[in-house]
Amino acid sequence: MLRIDRAIHDAIVAHARRDHPDEACGVVAGPEGSDRPRRYIPMLNAARSPTFYEFDSADLLALYKEMAANDEEPVVVYHSHTATEAYPSRTDISYASEPNAHYVLVSTRHEDETEFRSFRIVDGVVTEEPVEVVDETR
Amino acid sequence: MAIEVKIPTILRTYTGGEKAVEAKGDTLAALIDNLDDSHPGLKGRLITDDGALHRFVNVYVNDEDVRFTGSLETALKDGDAVTILPAVAGG
Repeated sequence: MLRIDRAIHDAIVAHARRDHPDEACGVVAGPEGSDRPRRYIPMLNAARSPTFYEFDSADLLALYKEMAANDEEPVVVYHSHTATEAYPSRTDISYASEPNAHYVLVSTRHEDETEFRSFRIVDGVVTEEPVEVVDETR
Repeated sequence: MAIEVKIPTILRTYTGGEKAVEAKGDTLAALIDNLDDSHPGLKGRLITDDGALHRFVNVYVNDEDVRFTGSLETALKDGDAVTILPAVAGG
């Protein structure tokens, strides 16, 4: 299960809406081993595309250095789908390489309703998990 | 000559859980061969059957993405730091 602060959930949805029709992406870092998403970090989609997202390679290195310095790991890796459902695509599955991360998919295909779903992706196997949005996880 | 190589979470099964290991090599290709000698299987996760760097990984030498410095032919010297990170991307 993914348990996430309402403020972070809302920030992810707002990011996805803002970048629509391009895909938005980012991470929520948390203390290593804690499984608690605490620090929301929106990233630039270097692909600037409605069908692909990619962290810029220099941004990626800076992000991982910062997380290492803070003893953090990516607890959530999120991105949006702007024309299809919030379910990992084949490309998403082939790239997924953070075994401890919750992969959050947001769909902005409907203007009045945002889908927000979470998955584990390990060795190519996708498992959906419940999402609990809470007002304060601390 | 010793070069520190930072290993991402997903590849630490090959390094007994170590976040960083030491390896040797004059080029990135030689370093990866040396890494594979001490941690068998790692090379297959970094290099495709065609002998190119896998698109699912980013490799940096002293903070420079090797795609801009000659890829596997990137020259290495004692004291260089190599970082391997999974690309974060999808569709």
